[in-house]
Amino acid sequence: MLELNSINRSFGDRRVLRDVSFTVGSGRMTGFVGGNGAGKTTTMRVILGVLSADSGTVTLNGSELTAERRTRFGYMPEERGLYPKMRVLEQLVYLGRLHGMTQEQATASADSLLERLGLAERKNDTVESLSLGNQQRAQIAAALVHDPEVLVLDEPFSGLDPIAVETVMSVLKDYTARGVPVLFSSHQLDIVERLCDDLVVIADGEIRASGSREGLRTEHARDRYELHTDGDAGWLRSEPGVTVVEFAGGYALFDVDDAETAQRVLRQATQKGAVLKFSPQHPTLSQIFQEVIR
Amino acid sequence: MTTTKYTTPGMATGTWLVAEREIRMRLRSKAFLISTGILLVIVLASVVIGGLMGANPPKDKLAAVGSAVAVAESLNAFEVVEAKSVDEARELVQSGDVESAVVPGEGPTGVTVIALDRAPSMVVALFGVSPDVELLESDAQDDFLVYIVALGFGLVFFMSALTFGSTIAQSVVEEKQTRIVEILMASVPVRVLLAGKILGNSILAFAQIVLIAALAGVGMLTTGQDILLADVGPSIVWFAVFFAFGFVLLAALFAATSALVSRMEDVGSVTSPVTMLVMIPYFLVIFFNNNPLVLAIMSYVPFSAPVGMPMRVFLGTAAWWEPLLSLALLIVTTIGVVAVGSRMYSNGLLKTGARVKLSEALAK
Repeated sequence: MLELNSINRSFGDRRVLRDVSFTVGSGRMTGFVGGNGAGKTTTMRVILGVLSADSGTVTLNGSELTAERRTRFGYMPEERGLYPKMRVLEQLVYLGRLHGMTQEQATASADSLLERLGLAERKNDTVESLSLGNQQRAQIAAALVHDPEVLVLDEPFSGLDPIAVETVMSVLKDYTARGVPVLFSSHQLDIVERLCDDLVVIADGEIRASGSREGLRTEHARDRYELHTDGDAGWLRSEPGVTVVEFAGGYALFDVDDAETAQRVLRQATQKGAVLKFSPQHPTLSQIFQEVIR
Repeated sequence: MTTTKYTTPGMATGTWLVAEREIRMRLRSKAFLISTGILLVIVLASVVIGGLMGANPPKDKLAAVGSAVAVAESLNAFEVVEAKSVDEARELVQSGDVESAVVPGEGPTGVTVIALDRAPSMVVALFGVSPDVELLESDAQDDFLVYIVALGFGLVFFMSALTFGSTIAQSVVEEKQTRIVEILMASVPVRVLLAGKILGNSILAFAQIVLIAALAGVGMLTTGQDILLADVGPSIVWFAVFFAFGFVLLAALFAATSALVSRMEDVGSVTSPVTMLVMIPYFLVIFFNNNPLVLAIMSYVPFSAPVGMPMRVFLGTAAWWEPLLSLALLIVTTIGVVAVGSRMYSNGLLKTGARVKLSEALAK
């Protein structure tokens, strides 16, 4: 389990991280979301030791991270980069060896990763000759080549087509299945919603919410319901305890003051006509996100 | 977890990995191979042309006086000019009309050889027993040769230092610009990165210098300029030794300054102070190779010592301990500069965008 405890970091007078604390559980896919400049990249850099924190600690399974331990992390920085003039395989082997693998181990690992990511045919091409999407895959391979114990990935899905997103997701799921803690950031909230087990929301350098995805949903669930009828649903407006949020003909989205009101609405609706759909509405990740960063 | 454990590479292994990559990528660059080839051809051509011009001198003239005339003619290798007196023979030698003179003297050969500044080996060798030799001037190097040697040291230092210095600068900025530096920093300590870069490029630069020196040496031997080689040889060896350390000093400065910028376009301007440090010794040694004071100062200032000290060794104006003292000074400076340079380098690496201020880069 990777744990951050009260991390603070300033650049000059600007305080970028304020008492940032959260955990990335073993085998948990943890989504890290926040607006531009919220502090995601800085947090990740602090975890990797690329930047030092002004105060606070990062621990793995209870013990504070050392430089040695960090080399067992897999890191994909926000700013993509590989040597443009080096061949893909050669580059991965180099990075693997920098992490302490032998030439043979690194080659074997790089080969199987490239195969998995669908880049095997391009392994002897230079990075600069690859398409952006393929460069992105090579970048993911670079983060994984040394078979890391912890994964920290900044925007691993940006620039990938839907098929590549699936491929990368399945690779990452292999890691969580083995108990590797995975922290990844993304602006694509739909992907985060689909993929992550846990969620950490950061805004202005502060953690605004963190926990399991379902837990957060329940926590932020309001008593909101959706109703679809074959007639006009206008009568809802005059119903006591009901606040209509959206309305269009037979469709209405509304908040209720308690669960009993919702049941009463449903009974009335069935009397007035056919009910095509009636369901409590869970907030989407993007709604929770909007709400907590406010 | 089923992950295999790998041990983190040590400082030495990591450094070598980085160095090896630098060398491999450099050797793959066509531009580099071609420019090295051109440099080697120039060196070889100048040695061979110099050899050809020196290899066909007019038959050496030898002045002889009195009873020595017969002796001189019996040597059968010289055009003998008869002089009326020993003084006249001396004047002929002094004016350069003859290479040397043979005058009646004592000793087993019964003659004395008079020469300008060194015993004429041909003449001396032709006698079975060494005759007495009288030198008119103290041993000194020919002005033209001095100029050529100065130009040679200056040019080779200038070109190699600049070529590999800018290679380092570009490789630092390439890593910053492509942002791979962040992955590298997460894998190995920054000082390993810097050390590997300096090591890799120093090996290349040094290999180039040794190649040039060897080529020049072999060229001189095969074109029959072995006397010149014996003259220049020791200073070439000193040059290689000084260059090895002097280049590390420059390499650290190139790496440190280039880490302040993030775009290739800015490399030139930010490293220009270091480039000046490379150019100044080059111009100084060309303009002041016959000025003992300037050379003496140059031979102790760490930045110009790789050119200045070998020059003085060549001229014979340096005592045996002087190169050692200057080398020690150079090494101490190099250690200091590497320490400061590595701080600038690590402070600069993650700061992309605007140029990093010097004060910021030097901050702890």
